[in-house]
Amino acid sequence: MSRLQLHNLGRMFGVVPAVDNVSLTLTDGEFVSLLGPSGCGKTTTLRMIAGFIKPSSGTISVSGTTISSPERMVAPEHRGMSMIFQSYAIWPNMTVAENVAFGLTLRKMPSSEVRARTEKMLSVVRLAHLKDRYPSELSGGQQQRVALARAIVIEPAVLLLDEPLSNLDANLREEMRSEIRRLHDEFKITTVYVTHDQSEAMVTSDRIVVMNQGRIEQVADPVSLYTKPQTRFVAGFIGRTNFLDGLSDGTHIRFDGFSVPADGVKAGPASFSVRPQSISIHAARSADEGRHGDAWWVQAVVAERAYLGEYWDYGITPVLSGQMLRVTAPPATSLSAGQTVWLAIDHRQAARVPAPEACA
Amino acid sequence: MRRFDPLTIVWVLLAAILAFLVINPMLRLVLSSLQAVDTGDWTLANYAIAYGRPRYIQALWNTLMLGVCVTALCLVLAVPMAWAVSRTDMPAKGAIKLLTLAAFVTPPYLGAIGWILLAGPNAGWLNQAWMGLTGSGEGLFNIYSFAGLTFIIALYSFPYLFIFISSALDTVSSEMEDAANVLGCGTLRTMVRITLPLVLPAILGGAIITFLEAIALFGSPALIAIPARFNVVTTQLLQFFSPPVRAEVAAAYAVPLLLITLCLFGLQRRILRRRGFVSMTGKGGERRIIELGPWRWVLLGYSAFVLSLCVLLPYAALSQAALAKAWGRGWHLDNLTLDNFAYLLFRHETAGQSVLNSFYYAGAAACIGIVLTLSIAYIVSRRLLPGANVLGFLCMAPIVVPGIVLAVGFYAAYAPPPFALYGTATLLILAFTTRFLPVGYAQASAAIRGINPEMEEAVRILGGGRIVAIRRVLAPLMRRGMIGAWLLVFIPASRELSTALFLYGPKTRTMSVMLLDLSEEGNFERLAALGFMLLIATMVIVAIGFRFVGRDFMQRRT
Repeated sequence: MSRLQLHNLGRMFGVVPAVDNVSLTLTDGEFVSLLGPSGCGKTTTLRMIAGFIKPSSGTISVSGTTISSPERMVAPEHRGMSMIFQSYAIWPNMTVAENVAFGLTLRKMPSSEVRARTEKMLSVVRLAHLKDRYPSELSGGQQQRVALARAIVIEPAVLLLDEPLSNLDANLREEMRSEIRRLHDEFKITTVYVTHDQSEAMVTSDRIVVMNQGRIEQVADPVSLYTKPQTRFVAGFIGRTNFLDGLSDGTHIRFDGFSVPADGVKAGPASFSVRPQSISIHAARSADEGRHGDAWWVQAVVAERAYLGEYWDYGITPVLSGQMLRVTAPPATSLSAGQTVWLAIDHRQAARVPAPEACA
Repeated sequence: MRRFDPLTIVWVLLAAILAFLVINPMLRLVLSSLQAVDTGDWTLANYAIAYGRPRYIQALWNTLMLGVCVTALCLVLAVPMAWAVSRTDMPAKGAIKLLTLAAFVTPPYLGAIGWILLAGPNAGWLNQAWMGLTGSGEGLFNIYSFAGLTFIIALYSFPYLFIFISSALDTVSSEMEDAANVLGCGTLRTMVRITLPLVLPAILGGAIITFLEAIALFGSPALIAIPARFNVVTTQLLQFFSPPVRAEVAAAYAVPLLLITLCLFGLQRRILRRRGFVSMTGKGGERRIIELGPWRWVLLGYSAFVLSLCVLLPYAALSQAALAKAWGRGWHLDNLTLDNFAYLLFRHETAGQSVLNSFYYAGAAACIGIVLTLSIAYIVSRRLLPGANVLGFLCMAPIVVPGIVLAVGFYAAYAPPPFALYGTATLLILAFTTRFLPVGYAQASAAIRGINPEMEEAVRILGGGRIVAIRRVLAPLMRRGMIGAWLLVFIPASRELSTALFLYGPKTRTMSVMLLDLSEEGNFERLAALGFMLLIATMVIVAIGFRFVGRDFMQRRT
């Protein structure tokens, strides 16, 4: 049982807080991603968990035992963890099999068992036929599998991954992220995965921790994170969105250029995150009351358009408004710039977010 | 409360070693120059003596002139060749590079000996040829002159400049030149207006180093200037060290040389720090070869001419003399003999020993230096200890100390009791270690920086300690780099002259000192034979380096 717990964790670099008061608990066997832009503190957090960086404040514990605190650090080699590095860090002076067996031999396991486990692991990652090759003879994806095999074969208490796919090309990245999830489903190792790529996080993770400027913005499963972002940062970072910032007087919410019924929104600033696919385009205000009846209707003009194959991407500006909204429409919906349309904004799919700093 | 870290002991130990090798000798040099020798009182009397006579001032002037002339001549030799090899379609580039490398590894004093055989007044081969051709009763060249000294120092200094400039040229993207060509600029004008200005910082930086090397040189001036009856700073220092030894005057006399070096080195670093434009545009830019047409043969001729002056002719003269009963009789079968070698190795009192000494001291200095610099480079690059940068700085500090000045410092620090190390092998080994510490450190830290720290972290997270990481991963990965670093310390240490000169004793002569002694005897056949052995040994070692480390191991800029 490996429950990983971060408690009020912080790390200063000089006077700059790289990680600021982060608290997080992973249940046994859980797969959690740390997601955020570069410099958000996710890698620092991971390296603190690994024991390469000492926290300035707070503690890290595994199954109740404290392993990191500003006073005391268990050395990385005594943490029973594994890590996959951005550079893979496959040792070029050892063969594939030697790389994978390394952690086992350090554990003073009988050589017959080392060999058996290594071979089993190599066949799990489909590298059995390459076991006597040297890393320089492998492709990027194969090296990645060696790194996975080497990390998992020791059955670590916690598996750490530091942007493991960032050096692979796009197709391979898609393949490997499914591979990582498959291996997790097979071995059920408590895993922390650092990435700046939201789709990687969404494919692999049970829960995602969105970080920004050293702090946790939100922790949630992928669906909630997308549909119910709690901060403007999360809404903007996970997928594309439109922010509608308005002011409610109790009966109506006044946005830039149009207003809609308040529907229970109390008086005061009212901001919403609306995904491009939550807005639909119509030639006229629809009679189809059933589907779009209680949507927010607004008349608008098509400002720009781009065809992306899977959908059309439109920039549409409500009449009397300065704000352009991103709207996606099925490939068959072809509109030209300058055309006047009606937008139906489905506010049940919109998420209430804090008002921007300036209005608050 | 911080746990006591065993690494602290390592830090203290390394700091103590560096204090012994670097700080103390320099401190003693300056202090002894300011103290009266018998009373120990503070005084400027030593400086008054050191600069009290016109001929001492003249020697300093000669040194500065020599430095300027050598640098100018080196630029003339190196710039066209570097440009030709790096940017044009001149043929036989590989051979040119190889011969330049041969010139680079040739000890300058060996070249000087070769040139004494070639251009000694009247007897030299070139003078003989001239007299034979023209019927003139007098030779054309006299190597025993200021011009002669300038010429032979430049011949063996320009390869450094060549390597420096051509590696800078290698980083200039052809697109820079293409951009000028597209706007209607011709080849020559592009070179003058675009390419050369881009590498100007490198040229200036290399020129400063050339100047510093030239003024610190001892061997060639000893062989040429002393018979020609003029002095430079280094030969003047030798005279202060001749009985009666006036080490404190020598120290005072050496301090300005140290200051000049320090200032110019600082200047060089500043120039190269602003190099910006060259190194930034270098990566990935494709390089196009400039087609010269018939001019490429002109450049090849020029390069071949220069290299025959510094490699082919002197090597030929040296090997002829080494294998001759009397070198003046030329290449005849009955003039051939191996007796010169046999005499040196078996019959001479100290010559055989000096060969062994040279390799023993160089090997020991290389081993100590590599262990020391690797430990420090590792600690610095992994930020294991606060204040580690100070150790790195101390390792690089001897780079501003001319070898002969270092020797004066070591003499001042360790010749008197309680150390009383004068004339011992220990002192020579330690002095060599210090002298080449910067070379070793630059190599060691490059080797360590070349290895991603994640390689070690991967060991540690899987359960191996730092020692396992170093033994199983770091050491195997750095093996090539370590051999390269070892060789780059060993090669110059095996022929170091100026540092050995004031520190050797009767039993601790090195090959380089032995060569100088033999030259005073005037027996050129035996002198050439010893030089020949040194040359062969150097070539063998360089070949080993090629084989195990790679072709470019001598030419990486530090």
